[in-house]
Amino acid sequence: MDAVTPLGRFWQEFRESHVALAALAVVAAIVLLALAAPLIAPQNPYDLTQLVLMDARRPPGHVNARGFTYWLGSDAQGRDVLSAILYGLRISMQVGLIAGAIAFSLGATLGAFAAYWGGRVEMVIMRFVDLQLSFPAILLALVLAAVLGQGKWQLIAALVAAQYAYFARTTHGAASSERAKDYVAAALSTPLPARTVVLRHILPNCLPPLIVVATVQVANSIALEATLSFLGLGLPVTEPSLGMLIANGFQYLLSGRYWISIYPGVALIVLIVAINLVGDQVRDQLNPRLKR
Amino acid sequence: MSGFILQRLMQAAVVMLIISALVFTGVYAIGNPIDVLISPDATQQIREQTIRAYGLDQPLWKQYADFLGRLARGDFGRSFIFNMPVLELILSRLPATLELTLVAVIGATAIGVPLGMYAGYRPDSAVAKLIMAISVLGFSVPTFWIGLVLIYAFAVTLGWLPAGGRGPTVVLFGIEWSVLTLEGWKHLFLPALNLSLFKFALMVRLARAGTREVMLTDTVKFARAVGESEGVILRRHVLRLIAIPIVTVFGLEFGSTLAFAVVTETIFSWPGVGKLIIDSISVLDRPVMVAYLMLVAFLFIIINFLVDIAYAALDPRLRVGRT
Repeated sequence: MDAVTPLGRFWQEFRESHVALAALAVVAAIVLLALAAPLIAPQNPYDLTQLVLMDARRPPGHVNARGFTYWLGSDAQGRDVLSAILYGLRISMQVGLIAGAIAFSLGATLGAFAAYWGGRVEMVIMRFVDLQLSFPAILLALVLAAVLGQGKWQLIAALVAAQYAYFARTTHGAASSERAKDYVAAALSTPLPARTVVLRHILPNCLPPLIVVATVQVANSIALEATLSFLGLGLPVTEPSLGMLIANGFQYLLSGRYWISIYPGVALIVLIVAINLVGDQVRDQLNPRLKR
Repeated sequence: MSGFILQRLMQAAVVMLIISALVFTGVYAIGNPIDVLISPDATQQIREQTIRAYGLDQPLWKQYADFLGRLARGDFGRSFIFNMPVLELILSRLPATLELTLVAVIGATAIGVPLGMYAGYRPDSAVAKLIMAISVLGFSVPTFWIGLVLIYAFAVTLGWLPAGGRGPTVVLFGIEWSVLTLEGWKHLFLPALNLSLFKFALMVRLARAGTREVMLTDTVKFARAVGESEGVILRRHVLRLIAIPIVTVFGLEFGSTLAFAVVTETIFSWPGVGKLIIDSISVLDRPVMVAYLMLVAFLFIIINFLVDIAYAALDPRLRVGRT
């Protein structure tokens, strides 16, 4: 047996769940597809010279005069839906990951320092976080996206503001119990600055619950971005994420041209469900109450 | 208890004040309200008149104080677009949203809790796995996309139900209702189903997790030892023990469902508050945005306040600890 490290043991347990393993494979495949989109997409959907307006709104499987097959149909501008999805995945994942990473670092730092300082600072920070958590993230993101205006970074700011509190709450909980442990007292008795103790000693020990929150929140921020883009408050038209592709097809859905909206949605859902399934398995494995 | 309530009330007031400051700066101070109020080709004189009329020449703290004063009197200003008092506008749209939300949340709980309990009671059965798979979908799939699929399936392809709108309503106690007529239900069904799926998934998970934990406790062992049937154990003991988190979530989720209604209402053209706010955001109708945010904040604070009180009433430890 080579599974001696905790990570090795974790992986071995993870492998036992076929569903989670398949989900992980799907996530990996989608990441690869998104990364390789410019290489593998049949068409560059945003190169206007490649679009044929005559081929607008063709059903899936349509072959045009040049012999080009629209496997998933084409949209109102004659864009190949499959290619648009591949490019859309890229943008959706990019936004989701960047927002997730910033929310993670911001929330974890805030939560850990709140637990470390204690007293009034802790009370003020955590009260604010609790207050924010009592409001639905979508409402917060909606308002911020509306106030900040359109743009990738504005959207990311809105997503971060809506999500950092989950990380702060989780880290604070874990860090508070770490704070009372002997190794922290030992680290504090050395002349190490507080920053080092918090970031190097306390924070790494808070990682397990944070990883669970992180998987869920990346999935959530992808869904949230799609929702905002669908409502017209998300990314600008120049960066069409999956949400915007779905929004663009909405009006054609009512006349029965389902493929413009439905296929980008399927891609979005496969991605989100796969991430959530991986997250579920990780959470079950890290939950001490379900340990056999 | 009264001391606890008083303390919570004061906290709620402080929170409301903070939120009003945030909303004020967010909606009024960011961007230039003058550009929205005055057409670009207005003369300098009209510009100055309007600025003075809206108090925009005053220092920011004074503007904020005036804003608070108006709020305290229930004056949220007039909508730029509808040209009517904002409060009236929102109140006229509120029943549609409340009806939709109530139907969705009650439906989700009534169906989700029993299914979740079953999934927790027999976690390895095929039915339990199916229930959990549906709940994963309900959790993961964005509400707006489910809405599209529902419209495509039931309205476009099958033609059974309307694709949007509220349809005819019946007035009872001065409020318009959809639930009183068959036609109303036809319009209500798809949006309510759409809105309830997330809550349904949540209820299933809560009930399942609770049941799984409670089934392992001594309570259940003793109940079995005295020979109670499994059905009685589930209904009499397990349901009661998992009820507290479910009731809490029911309360809290009612508020967030109101927020989620924004998405559902937009898709189904449901004439509620959510659609109003999206329309207002897209045309920058600031008074409506401010009033909506303040009302939602107020609603959430009331819900949290009630949940706190309910907790204190249920769990004496909280009362001792916090007063």
